[in-house]
Amino acid sequence: MLDNIQLLFDAPLLTTQLLLDGVLIGAIFALAAYGMALVWGVTNIINIVQGEFVMLGGYVTYQLYVWGAHPFLGIPVAAAVLFVVGYLAYRTVIFRVANQDLFISLLATFGLSILFQQLMNQIWSGNVQSVDSGLDTWYLFDFTVTVAQVKVLAFAVSAVIAVLLVIFLKRSRLGQAIRATAQNPQAARVLGIDTDRVYAMTYAINAALCGAAGSLVVMAYTIHPYAGLPFTVRSFMIVVTAGLGNLPGVIAAGLGLGAAENIASFVLGAEHRIAFVFGLLVVILVARNAWLGRHRKYLK
Amino acid sequence: MTVSRNAWLMGAIAIFAALAPLVFPDYRTQIAMLWVMIIFAQTWDVMGGQMGYNSFGNIVFFGIGMYTSAVVQRDWGLEYFIGLGVGMALGSVIAVAAAAIMGLLILRMRGHYFAIATLGLGIAAGEIASGWDFIGAGSGMVTPLYPGHIDGRNLFFDYLFFAIAAITFLCLKWLYGTRFGLTINAIRDNEDKAEAMGLRTGTFKAFAWCVSAVFLGLCGGALGNLLGFVDPRDVAFAGPTFGVWMVLMAILGGKGTLWGPVLGAVVFHVTQEIFWTHLLGWQRVALGLLIVIIVVFFPLGILGWARERWPHRFGHRVEAS
Repeated sequence: MLDNIQLLFDAPLLTTQLLLDGVLIGAIFALAAYGMALVWGVTNIINIVQGEFVMLGGYVTYQLYVWGAHPFLGIPVAAAVLFVVGYLAYRTVIFRVANQDLFISLLATFGLSILFQQLMNQIWSGNVQSVDSGLDTWYLFDFTVTVAQVKVLAFAVSAVIAVLLVIFLKRSRLGQAIRATAQNPQAARVLGIDTDRVYAMTYAINAALCGAAGSLVVMAYTIHPYAGLPFTVRSFMIVVTAGLGNLPGVIAAGLGLGAAENIASFVLGAEHRIAFVFGLLVVILVARNAWLGRHRKYLK
Repeated sequence: MTVSRNAWLMGAIAIFAALAPLVFPDYRTQIAMLWVMIIFAQTWDVMGGQMGYNSFGNIVFFGIGMYTSAVVQRDWGLEYFIGLGVGMALGSVIAVAAAAIMGLLILRMRGHYFAIATLGLGIAAGEIASGWDFIGAGSGMVTPLYPGHIDGRNLFFDYLFFAIAAITFLCLKWLYGTRFGLTINAIRDNEDKAEAMGLRTGTFKAFAWCVSAVFLGLCGGALGNLLGFVDPRDVAFAGPTFGVWMVLMAILGGKGTLWGPVLGAVVFHVTQEIFWTHLLGWQRVALGLLIVIIVVFFPLGILGWARERWPHRFGHRVEAS
């Protein structure tokens, strides 16, 4: 482990490579995190199914690829399919727990996540899957730093979606209704906003964002039915670190998390990557709590 | 009246516990697992039900017990029963120490943050266990063989787990009647007011977690020997294993009650065994569905539902309204 830390300082190009890969994957984490921030802010639900939605988006793209379609087509299709899945999930289960005890909604989405995991396992088997996007790799600095173009594409798509999301929330009628409901549901209802529809649409948009993230994951990395939970936790961490309703913060936290994770998985060994993510979650929460405690906000 | 009914019920369970392994020798392992499930549900309920701190991470204490016992039995060269006893005791002690340390750090969080932090702990523990060579990493650890016939082994563990479950139940029954029980209920109802009344909520919260850890550590220390194998997935919250079952059982029976978790564990264990036999391959899908159905439609659990339906039987006066 210490040797690896030493190596980080001795080989700046290696460090650059790690940081670059991390930042590029961080953009995908941020994409799933926008959705979580949206749902959390509007419906006050922490959506544990988030990671499974990401994996499902990946599997939709994978299935299209198996059927012979170009994986790029997977990005809009996965988003559309997941929009429907999210809408149905809201209309069957989530709306029943939306206004209840916090833990009930947490556990209900946790149950859904197990359900989705097992269904994906039944349909696509438990193997690790990936998709060939047909994109090339750039070689920099005499072949010492490699940049997969597909990761750059993922970064770009994530950035574009972030911009579109901001425009949607600011300009469109539904976006304004979503923001109004997030601020004050009762007042929004009085003013004639159908808050139930807003909740459903928010949840469906969140699922669509996850679907797009998933199709980027399957192109740039791999998917697996049980690999969803780490994505949920990453989204949660990013939102907690950035603060609710802070989209630039979400992007910064996402990129930072990607970089930190990549460095850590090099230093500690790749088998400890997930342990590091979950350990970091606990550390961030403890630190946040200590910070809030010092500012005497903990009685809230 | 309630007291005598409790006594009848406990007597009946004791008779069942004494006779069942002898009457149904083929089901001994299942009966032992039933007691384990009851311990799980009860110890989760201390935190989740009585105190309102919904933890996903209690399974870690169980895993600590399991691994400690296995390491003691592997490395210390003790005679089987002494090794088991020392392993269980040490596992319990380490679990309590871990609960105290973690309690100081994360019990100050509330609501969502607490639940997610414990979820993180549970999963991180599982990932660490499957990457740590000293405890066998991903391939787990094999526990020593019971010196004797397998029937005798199963009978021994049946009675051992019943003893742990009974001790857990009696200890919790006693604790809920003391100042401790009142305090943790006050924390559940309104922590800020409880603190303002001068209760040292931090100490009580950490103590409640330690109570839960003592019994989970004991139980884990013994369970490794019944299963013959310690799997890193058992300590983790990875997927549908013990970690989520304990939450589910307590909620199914009715969280925050003395008998609820016991009832929930029995119902869940029986249903789960039926699932496992008849739905091979789809049992985990069914489990996910079950979680959603229980949580969405029966958040009060069986006892909570019964209490709403027949309040007078539970010693509640029905208020005219």
